[in-house]
Amino acid sequence: MADFDIPELQEYTVVPKLKEGTMSHSSPFVSKEKFQSALGYPGELVENWEDKLLEKMDDLRGRYRSFQVFLDSCVKCGACTDKCHYYLGTKDPKNMPVARQDLLRKIYRRYRTFAGKFFGALGMPGFVGAADLNKEVLDDWYSYFHQCSQCRRCSVFCPYGIDTAEISMAAREIMDSIGVGQKYCNEIIMKAKTIGNNLGLPEPALADTLEGLEEEVEDDTGVAVKFPLDQKGADILLVTPSADFFAEPHVDGLIGYAKVFHEAGVSWTMSSYASEAANFGMFIGSYENMRTLSLRIRKAALELGVKRIVFGECGHAWRVAYSFLNTLAGPWDFLDQNYPIPQHICEFTYDLIQKDKLKFDKSENDHMTLTFHDSCNVARASRMGDKPGGQLDIPRAVIKAVCNNFVDMPPETIGESTYCCGGGGGLLTDDLMELRVKGAQPRMEAYKSVVENHGVTNIAAICAICKSQFTKVLPYYKFGMTDIVSVHQLVSEAIILTGSEDDVDSDDSNENESE
Amino acid sequence: MSASVVYALAFYAASAILFFGIVRKIVQYAKTPAPLKIPTMPAPVTQGGVVVRMASEVVLFNSLFKSNKWIWIFGWMFHLSLLLAFFRHLRYVVSPDSIFMPLVSLEIVQSFGRYAGFAMLIGLTGLLARRIFVDRVRYISSPSDYLMLLLILGIAGTGMAMSFVSHTDIVMLKEFVLGLLYFNIQPLPTDTVLLVHLALVIVLMVIFPVSKLLHAPGVFFSPTRNQVDNAREKRHLAPWAAELEADRKAGE
Repeated sequence: MADFDIPELQEYTVVPKLKEGTMSHSSPFVSKEKFQSALGYPGELVENWEDKLLEKMDDLRGRYRSFQVFLDSCVKCGACTDKCHYYLGTKDPKNMPVARQDLLRKIYRRYRTFAGKFFGALGMPGFVGAADLNKEVLDDWYSYFHQCSQCRRCSVFCPYGIDTAEISMAAREIMDSIGVGQKYCNEIIMKAKTIGNNLGLPEPALADTLEGLEEEVEDDTGVAVKFPLDQKGADILLVTPSADFFAEPHVDGLIGYAKVFHEAGVSWTMSSYASEAANFGMFIGSYENMRTLSLRIRKAALELGVKRIVFGECGHAWRVAYSFLNTLAGPWDFLDQNYPIPQHICEFTYDLIQKDKLKFDKSENDHMTLTFHDSCNVARASRMGDKPGGQLDIPRAVIKAVCNNFVDMPPETIGESTYCCGGGGGLLTDDLMELRVKGAQPRMEAYKSVVENHGVTNIAAICAICKSQFTKVLPYYKFGMTDIVSVHQLVSEAIILTGSEDDVDSDDSNENESE
Repeated sequence: MSASVVYALAFYAASAILFFGIVRKIVQYAKTPAPLKIPTMPAPVTQGGVVVRMASEVVLFNSLFKSNKWIWIFGWMFHLSLLLAFFRHLRYVVSPDSIFMPLVSLEIVQSFGRYAGFAMLIGLTGLLARRIFVDRVRYISSPSDYLMLLLILGIAGTGMAMSFVSHTDIVMLKEFVLGLLYFNIQPLPTDTVLLVHLALVIVLMVIFPVSKLLHAPGVFFSPTRNQVDNAREKRHLAPWAAELEADRKAGE
């Protein structure tokens, strides 16, 4: 099945003894000139790249407090060394968060601190954790900064909050600026910038797909649930990852959102111009590219004249939406201020559930026992609702409202300590398959424990990347590829559409029962 | 030149390096914008909540506690005893007629500070042992990481030697220290243990602003810990990011 050893799952995740170099061969395909220039980067390694690299590092140190503070503050205490799923799955010490940061920090120390310059001049930079810059260092950067999914688990456990994601984003931005980009991310950003979504789906294809979904849902339920596109004057603009249009189980989630909107009786639309929630600009640490992509959403919202923006299920997209969208593309003064801007689809559905506006037949999901995978960017980089931790509680509340059987995975593997699926941060590409499989080991072990001890049959997620990653990786560990489900797929199964055959309650009796 | 003068000049130089070195870094951290909201979530939604979060990090090492109980207990013991030792040492710099003198002379301050030395030795030895014996920590350690622990162990060891084994003339020492404060150099006791103790302290002061010891000011500037979670409610815009917006007005 694979040309590498698939880790054997343990009862619980064991911290391995380190084994140097196990992943030094792992590197994603290098970006082509075409994609590089579309993003504003040189097409190949520039001539005096060492100087340019240091220049870009200085530029970022001056623009990002996080980068500067994190480069200075690490005391090498070791608290993070056993926290990264890629270290746990590969045993490669350069996948320990601090060691990954040190690949960049040693260059900063060598050329930009007194200690590094002093001992560097003596020919012993290693004495103070510094190192000379050369091609091997750059190769190490390319390899190991593409073995970080920017999941921030290390940051939770660092006494100074040092976030390796910030360092790896900076490293990727530096590498891009000297002409060494990653093909997967940069090609996708180019598509999103020119066509409007990561898949490169033009408007006619999108319209066709949505029409197909309308027919499918009507055949299935007898109710004409709409999937509107580019409808001016709609109240809500739905921005969702483009994987939702095609991939399984993503599309079942999209059907779920449409049914919820239908039952809520709101007018909504998607946009062909901003047909992508994902924003890979974040993965390559590029504020400018992230901003350009975000402004498409602003433009679409203005042109369609919507009052609200709702985001579909996607982890890093929700980070960009919740934490950055106001910064990148705000102010949103032209939208209805009575609703959160933007709002997550789980918040939207949860709100309706709280108000008792949706009817469910939970038994529709009785053939499953579910657990929930907290996606890293939702859990550690965003919020839902008005209380801290809502991003953990609200998706679970939605699942419990539509399913009878729910069991959480072990506490050290969920919530703020959640393990990444292994494919986030721009690593969801076939050329990194070994890394993805091995990086999924801690999550798979947690899943295995609830499968074996609590009869769990399925794992729900609210992230397009997690869903694609699990679909691919679950079979490596002898689980079914369809074990992974969308949260709104569960909503879709259980929701009772008004006027459908399942809608046995009349409106009157429903009102009486609601107390 | 007598030892007193050498030490006095070294102390002046080291104090200047320490002070200006740290001020320079603090100014750098304060002036560098944090363009994006990146608190590690779940995060406080109010400024008051951030103060509580930061306090629990600085006082209790909350994140480290979640991470690893061994590093936490050794690290916390070391830092707490450092604080207690600091209070005990205040008696050398507070002039006898100061209103703080009775406070500093309190039995509790003095004996806690004295016995904190043992906790400090245990904490530092534990951290050093981890660095040597845990393969992951050994991998990330440079010679300077070991030396820094040994340096502080040396300071603690010589300090305790003076407290428990061979006392120095603390009255004379206090006159030397107060003399430093008033730019009037007084003779320094010449026993070796004290001279080694002070020399190591001077080295520590000098390397502080050019080493990982910057974690002390750094932690307060860490955006993942000091930001309020209010990105949707309040627009957060760095000055350099605001400049990018010039292109937008025309487009809308």
